[in-house]
Amino acid sequence: MPWDLNSDRPIYAQLIEQIELKICSGDYALGSKLPSVRDLAQVAAVNPNTMQKALAKLEEDGLVSTHRTSGRFVTEDAQMVNETKNKLAHSQINEFLEKMKSLGLEKDEIITRIATILKEDK
Amino acid sequence: MSMILECKDLYKKFGKKKALENINLNISRGRIVGLLGPNGSGKTTLIKICNELLNPTSGEIHIGGHKPGIETKKIVSYLPETTYLNDWMKVSEIISFFKDFYSDFNTEKAYDMMKRLKIDPNDKLKTMSKGTKEKVQLILVMSREAQLYLLDEPIGGVDPAARDYILNTIISNYSEDATVILSTHLISDIEQILDDIIFIKEGQIVLTKTVDEIRDEEGKSVDAVFREVFKC
Repeated sequence: MPWDLNSDRPIYAQLIEQIELKICSGDYALGSKLPSVRDLAQVAAVNPNTMQKALAKLEEDGLVSTHRTSGRFVTEDAQMVNETKNKLAHSQINEFLEKMKSLGLEKDEIITRIATILKEDK
Repeated sequence: MSMILECKDLYKKFGKKKALENINLNISRGRIVGLLGPNGSGKTTLIKICNELLNPTSGEIHIGGHKPGIETKKIVSYLPETTYLNDWMKVSEIISFFKDFYSDFNTEKAYDMMKRLKIDPNDKLKTMSKGTKEKVQLILVMSREAQLYLLDEPIGGVDPAARDYILNTIISNYSEDATVILSTHLISDIEQILDDIIFIKEGQIVLTKTVDEIRDEEGKSVDAVFREVFKC
């Protein structure tokens, strides 16, 4: 299944987000080995150079690291993964709040609605 | 590393009509490049010049440091827009024909891809649909271990599922030495796998950028930018 990428933002930026998401969700576990660039590119159905660029950025951020000859690994730093999780959650919530605002909902109303839906879910 | 394709002040006229005008291009190795433009913009003319099927009116063109000719044909794998294979031949016969012709032809790879696309090697070309013939031809071209692949409209005639497989083949064939240049107007299908794009309009290059540069600067897909640049 190719990764879900939208068409108006740079591809490498979206690849970074998707890999961050997979690390946070445990799809790629702490300290585990990542698939090769070629394999990742093929699964995501993107250009290998673009995937390479995304991984280089993640490496710069410290979320993955390269061990010479043996490949790329997810960080073992749980704290760092936690920070990434917070960052992703934050940006998702902001995006959601923007949409609610454009629907004309006030802060209090949004919170009440969320609480109701969560209650129903149980 | 050296450029795989260089064009300098390239012109091509057919009588009075200018087909290509002042083409200057440098394409490095290890890239997947989309040559994009509307019908009649000069895409095929440029690709034909690269294959010595047409001679430029003026200007220079070099592929891996050579002028188009015998040396470049060894390193260029070309998919023309029309079929040129013999109708009475079986797929297996065509494969041995290619094996004879090109020292870089990988027979195993060819059979493997035929199998994936459910093409029977014992079938004759004559009995196949247009789309299946196109698949056979593309498999033959991609089974060479070339340095430059020139694909003229590789995905136009095949169904979306085969299209995905073909794009996948292009990605998985990727090597740091080889460049793929493909012409098409089915941009939204291919933009995820491209490094660079070249927009060509009325025989002139109007834009060369990477896909991510376009998305970064314009906040739009390459497809959307194409529709703007070539608005009728």
